[in-house]
Amino acid sequence: MSMINHHTPDALLAAYAAGNLPHHFAIVVASHVSLCVQCRAALEAHHAVGGAVLDASDAVALSSTLKASILDQLDTPVRPARTYQRSGIYPGPVMQAMKGRPPRWKTLGMGVRQSILSANEEGSVRLLFIPPGQAVPDHGHNGMELTLVLQGSFSDETGQFGVGDLEMADEDLHHTPVADAGDPCICLAATDAPLRFNSLMPRLLQRVFRI
Amino acid sequence: MRAYKGIGPLLQRDNNKITLIGVKTKIILENDPTYIWRRNEVMLTLTQDIPRTSPPAMPVHRRERKPLSTDKSEVSQQTKWMLAVRDDCDRAAFASLFDHFAPRLKGFIMRSGTPAHQAEEIVQDVMLTIWRKAALFDPHRAQVSAWIYQIARNRQIDILRRENRPVPEELAEEPGTEPDAGQILAVEQEAGKLKLALMRLKDDQRDMIEKAYIGEMTHQEISTQTGLPLGTIKSRIRLGLERLRHELKGMR
Repeated sequence: MSMINHHTPDALLAAYAAGNLPHHFAIVVASHVSLCVQCRAALEAHHAVGGAVLDASDAVALSSTLKASILDQLDTPVRPARTYQRSGIYPGPVMQAMKGRPPRWKTLGMGVRQSILSANEEGSVRLLFIPPGQAVPDHGHNGMELTLVLQGSFSDETGQFGVGDLEMADEDLHHTPVADAGDPCICLAATDAPLRFNSLMPRLLQRVFRI
Repeated sequence: MRAYKGIGPLLQRDNNKITLIGVKTKIILENDPTYIWRRNEVMLTLTQDIPRTSPPAMPVHRRERKPLSTDKSEVSQQTKWMLAVRDDCDRAAFASLFDHFAPRLKGFIMRSGTPAHQAEEIVQDVMLTIWRKAALFDPHRAQVSAWIYQIARNRQIDILRRENRPVPEELAEEPGTEPDAGQILAVEQEAGKLKLALMRLKDDQRDMIEKAYIGEMTHQEISTQTGLPLGTIKSRIRLGLERLRHELKGMR
């Protein structure tokens, strides 16, 4: 695997560990951690702090029947929840978001394609397919955007991002990511607000395609 | 192309206080043979009080449970119970884990505002998950409380928000891996020091950490809270990181 240079910021990891990261971002962070040993170690370190907090929590008395009830259930057979494994370039959490099915690409023009994995009023997460040399239209952000590269690479004003790299963009960053030569760039991108594009055509498309 | 090399803490000393103000990162640019030192943004400003006198030799905290064996080569009771559950489906060991963790779990879950009856439902769910997923417990990577914390957060979110929380792919131990007592012990010692560090914090500082880890702070709040007293804790994390990384590299 190529070397990962851009990691999940620590505050995001801490919020993810504590379960306080919005769902769309959590999918991206869980995917990055699946690919990145360094961030997995950092996440487990946050779990260790959480464990220390748990261990130091005040004990609160339980109902008298709870223990017996739980012990009784130990042998009850349960159907284990389905877990999703990596499939090709798609990490487990992406496969989970796609419910184990391959992405359903919709074309956005200029060879750019997207597959929306989930979208609601809190934000969205989608896959983007960008042919080499092609730019994602110049866009600012109303909120935060997390982009994880799954195949190929892209470059923007802030640097180059290859497989496993995570870019965090906020309202202040106006960037133009361009897919590098080589394989088409496939990324996982999550936002907590609709993207705004700076030219008219994409803005119209935005309504249609929810990008 | 950029390569990051040589990471180290940037510390500011002020009398008896050390503040971690950044992380020094060496960036080597492809076309620039000179090294550029850059101060990386850190998540928090970390301040650690350096005691004027040496810290007490014994932990301040006294547990109501019987003390752990002083024999350093021995792993903790909790880990033994968890391994007995994992390897032998030992119900008595599970009952012991329940006695230790279930009341704390209830207190922990109620701290984030969950009513008592619902907290018990979640405790039940967490305890059953511990039993059913015991095979995933790996003492080389996580102390029992850390493993249970992560389960508790997942279950609490799945139940309260009715959504499936995305979790990273599971890593499996290579079949036939010999247990490494030294590594297990190192994880436990790290966790013990972490807990001690947490307890030594002032009340309001500890409250802040607890708030962050019971999920009451957004990532923006976590990154903008200045003076969040993670000094000791973060240094423990940093120390633990290299070891964990090494451990994880050998997996999959």
